[in-house]
Amino acid sequence: MDIGGVIDYLIGFAIMAMIYAVFALGLNVHWGFTGLFNIGIAGFFALGAYTAALLTSPPPDPDQFEDFIFGGNLANHGLLDLGVDAWFLLGLAAAALVCGLVALIIGTITLRLNDDYLSIATLGIAESVRFFFLNEKWAANGSKGLYRIPKFLGDVVAPESYDYLYVVVVLVVMLILFAAVQRAVRSPWGRVLRAIREDEVATAASGKNVFHFKLQAFVLGSMVMGIGGALFAHHVRFLSPLTFDPLLATFVIWAMLMVGGSGNNLGAILGAFVVWGVWAGTQFLPGVLSDPSFRLLMIGVLIVTIMLLRPGGLLGEWRRIVERRPASVAGRDPAGPD
Amino acid sequence: MHSVSSQPQNLAGPSRRYLRRLGLRMSPGRISALLAAGLLTLGFLPFIKLGLVVNGLILGSVIALGAIGLTLVYGILKLGNFAHGDYMALGAYVAFFIVDGVLPRVGIEGAGLGPFTFGFPVLIALPLAAVVVALGAIALDWLIYRRLRDRAASTAILMMASLGVAIAIRGLVQLIWSGETQHYPRESRQVYHLPMDVRIPPDGLFVAVLAVILVAGVYALLTYTKIGKAMRATSDNPTLALVSGINTGRVVWWTWGIGGALAAVAGVLLAVVQAQLLPIMGWKFLIPLFAAVILGGIGNPYGALIGALIVGVSMELSTQWINPSYKPAVAFAIMIGVLLARPRGIFGDAL
Repeated sequence: MDIGGVIDYLIGFAIMAMIYAVFALGLNVHWGFTGLFNIGIAGFFALGAYTAALLTSPPPDPDQFEDFIFGGNLANHGLLDLGVDAWFLLGLAAAALVCGLVALIIGTITLRLNDDYLSIATLGIAESVRFFFLNEKWAANGSKGLYRIPKFLGDVVAPESYDYLYVVVVLVVMLILFAAVQRAVRSPWGRVLRAIREDEVATAASGKNVFHFKLQAFVLGSMVMGIGGALFAHHVRFLSPLTFDPLLATFVIWAMLMVGGSGNNLGAILGAFVVWGVWAGTQFLPGVLSDPSFRLLMIGVLIVTIMLLRPGGLLGEWRRIVERRPASVAGRDPAGPD
Repeated sequence: MHSVSSQPQNLAGPSRRYLRRLGLRMSPGRISALLAAGLLTLGFLPFIKLGLVVNGLILGSVIALGAIGLTLVYGILKLGNFAHGDYMALGAYVAFFIVDGVLPRVGIEGAGLGPFTFGFPVLIALPLAAVVVALGAIALDWLIYRRLRDRAASTAILMMASLGVAIAIRGLVQLIWSGETQHYPRESRQVYHLPMDVRIPPDGLFVAVLAVILVAGVYALLTYTKIGKAMRATSDNPTLALVSGINTGRVVWWTWGIGGALAAVAGVLLAVVQAQLLPIMGWKFLIPLFAAVILGGIGNPYGALIGALIVGVSMELSTQWINPSYKPAVAFAIMIGVLLARPRGIFGDAL
């Protein structure tokens, strides 16, 4: 492999790692800061990706797509004739909006109840979204998938070096989201979230509406995930319901947050790079080590081990409070929502 | 599960007392919920294909076996076990290993036993798989959940760990048996034809009868044995159970043992009914399982049984109007409906 090939590979790797980092940031808002247990990331992943793709893709050719009738086509004519590039940005916003809306509905139903119900409901959402896109061929071409998803600023650079442009796009979006989430969780609002995570009853007793704060956090995190899905759609430019299997769209992201440290946004991004690096790197290993099933097994073992040894993740949360507190309190397990 | 701590009710007639013993105490809310469900069913009756109801009861039996274990673990250990579906899959694959890899070497082979598609080997493998998964579930508790409980970890941490276990089990199953579709040796068999266009596959009859026997066994265990009573007491109030001298450690082992064994049987039966094994079959079954548990009220095994039958029948009936691949989504819709209308479930007490 020549040096150019290596760089191309690394660029592709960085794009995927940063897209995953966006999801890890969203999950961090759910789990890391608020203690909400979302195991249906795949659902928001798919919703965000399909929303962005359907809004920007060209219309289906009736000769080739018998069942598929929906297919956006909003980019080229329609109400807002802005061209593909503006629609890419609108697509990101729409993906966030759709995911936020679904999160609002699910959250309103489940977040008043016991914590467990949210996780079961998110699992149901993930499966239902997949069933929808698998069965409703008119919406997104069913299992044959959606392709011809356009590039953002596709005519600025040559197709073979497009990734060099897109890596910057993803980086910028990721940094904006990082700054936004970081700002949100450092605000008084974010302090309430962490208070809910640590002790819900005490937070409620001090006059905070726990349900509202949880709902806001759930919606915010899901919107971040929606943007991640949209970025993914314009990167791979092919979507099928099979893309969003629980392994690569939910469990890997959990592993990333666990490794990076829940409650630590920088850690979430770092975790995304480390886990994706290990994931992508191990495919060059010989024998059983590169077997996807083996990697699945390892992800499971990793999650259990971290839960047993360091429930706050490997890096853990950086707490400024630590210095101000007496040693007996600060010395406690720097766990997440334990 | 709540009958232990409940105060004796002065009005309890014989039938009421019997229902109470099952943990199915009647209250205005419960009666109206059941009535609403009954009326809804009656209203739909003229449009319903009876054959689908039969299919639904068969599916419901499989869900019930899984859901009873899930609800026991949920009620007693306060753990919504995301690995329960994968315990089912593991059971199905252990049975497959015995049927396909072990028994042929000692000359036990065959399919099409009597009216059934499967053969004698599956009958041998069934209890063995149940024992293996039961021991496995106990071992996993000793390795993982025991430590977390000792540390008084939150339910979210416990559930997260169970998610890790679920992923690991599926990875292991795929690694050993590959992700390809497998099936027990089978021969096609005639289905029984009944009036009104009802067709019952003999396998379905086997599934339903076995489920009834096992549920009766669980009932007897919980009602008449010392360990069963201890389990109910622990479910009601773990601290009280501990201070009144109940060996909660044994209760935990029995809970996992029963849950694991029932899950394994459910997995084998699911593989028989679906005529195939897939590593993901258990994970995909989680939504119906949780729907049944929530519908019946968390921690209530008899509620889970009724919930499972309702979910199973609804899933099958829905195929009359909508695409069959939406069946799990139907279970999810029921669950959301219950969470909206009556989050405790029909027979649940505490939330």
